[in-house]
Amino acid sequence: MSSLAPPVEQPQAAPAKSGEVAIRFENVSIGFDQPVLEDVSFQLVHGETKVLLGESGTGKTLILKLALGLIKPDSGTITVLGEEVSSMREQDMYALRRRIGMVFQESALFDSLTVEENVAYRLIEETGEITEEIHARVLEALEFVELAQTYNLFPGELSGGMRRRVAIARAIITQPEVLLYDSPTGGLDPVTSNTIIELVVKQRDVYQTSSLLVTHRLQDAFTMASHYFDRNLNKMVPLEDGSARNVHTTFVILRNHKIIFEGTAPELLRCHDPYIREYLS
Amino acid sequence: MAIAYFTDIAKQNVVAVQEYSLLAGRSLSNLFGRPRYYAETLLQADSVGVGSLPIVVLIGLFTGAVLALQTSSTLQQFGSLSLTGKLVALSMVRELGPVLTGILVAGRNSSGMASELGSMKVTEQIDAMRAMGVDPTKKLVTPRVIASLVMMFFLSIISDLVGLVGGFFVSYLLLGLDPNQYWTTAYQALRFGDVFMGLSKPIVFGFIIATIGCFYGLSAKGGTQGVGRATTQAVVAASVLIVVTDFFITKLLIGIFEY
Repeated sequence: MSSLAPPVEQPQAAPAKSGEVAIRFENVSIGFDQPVLEDVSFQLVHGETKVLLGESGTGKTLILKLALGLIKPDSGTITVLGEEVSSMREQDMYALRRRIGMVFQESALFDSLTVEENVAYRLIEETGEITEEIHARVLEALEFVELAQTYNLFPGELSGGMRRRVAIARAIITQPEVLLYDSPTGGLDPVTSNTIIELVVKQRDVYQTSSLLVTHRLQDAFTMASHYFDRNLNKMVPLEDGSARNVHTTFVILRNHKIIFEGTAPELLRCHDPYIREYLS
Repeated sequence: MAIAYFTDIAKQNVVAVQEYSLLAGRSLSNLFGRPRYYAETLLQADSVGVGSLPIVVLIGLFTGAVLALQTSSTLQQFGSLSLTGKLVALSMVRELGPVLTGILVAGRNSSGMASELGSMKVTEQIDAMRAMGVDPTKKLVTPRVIASLVMMFFLSIISDLVGLVGGFFVSYLLLGLDPNQYWTTAYQALRFGDVFMGLSKPIVFGFIIATIGCFYGLSAKGGTQGVGRATTQAVVAASVLIVVTDFFITKLLIGIFEY
């Protein structure tokens, strides 16, 4: 994807508070009929992107839903943007959720609303209608994902990849402080997947948004760790060999209800754990 | 083993009643908070009220007509055919108008609400709404509850009226009753307690229709099959609840107005 539109100028993301914790999981456990997560602890600092990896059913999506307060843990504490969501009432969660963006696995677009109404959903909640300013912001967000021409279409008229990009536009339109991506490339072809990952990298490098990203595609995870978004070229480019540039991307691998690895891409490649070696191969 | 099975079922039912009560309570407490979704409420009022109008008119008309037809032979035995208007008026206003309208609207709208919200639930649109900081009970449930309450009230009045007209057609055209006599006995039969009963029931039924439809929709799980199940359960539960509640409201109001 070489012709990404210029970065959206308005609105600006909240300045990344480097070093401060955006999301903290402390000894979080949850199960339904059987345990899914046991004693899981990790933290995501501002400006960092954490890629959650693991087999199906290891609780990756559950971690995103827990962070968003959509599900409560059985035990442990979850702190998001300074608020302890694990003990908050549902009614009190809504204000916090407006500071977080989520891209759902199946996009979860409102199928009876147009693309514009979907992307502007949060903004319409505040104003009650699509004003000229909102329309302009929707177009900017759609230009970011290269879908400006689709604003008056319905989700059913879009392809899977386009729906995923609209979902990203919807999540970023208010420039949230934290973004949660649930398998944004799941079920997509490699070219479209690369487009989506480029958008995620662009959001990471242009706005320094803290993110949790769930994926099954190791290739996506390593692309994120080995590329950065060049604002001058307006595209994602690979890191040069020996580059000291920090792409603020770390990996978390889940297995048997627990985190078995947390670290950077080079650390992951050096890991000697037999399961991880097999997982990587 | 069997005890554990029945205990689980009992627990599930208790939890369902608890969740329904919470949802019903929230749908009302939302009336006192912001934001308020006026456009959504009007849209629902159009769907529930205007959308149900033709079927309510049709059923009301023929119910009144058949009521007059069925009772005429009995009344004739006692030489009281002139009381047909009174009988139709009392039956329609106190009982048949609200209950039949309630069951019809439940069949049409509880199912619609359950399937719409159920589809949204299984495609994660409800979660997406929550994730974007929008309370689904405020955005989806409360507008449907208000719309159903208000529209059931007016639909019942319309049903009562066309029921009386249906009774009149039969009385005048088939039984040869004097029109003046029919309308006079119908009008004079109704006391404050009858009208109060006839107007209070649809409000309760409207609340049941909307909250049950929304509850089953929001509880749907298991894909399209789950949505279908939720839709069926919503119609059955709403219809049964309407009939059961009707008994208790009638008993209460009979006690209050000392019939």
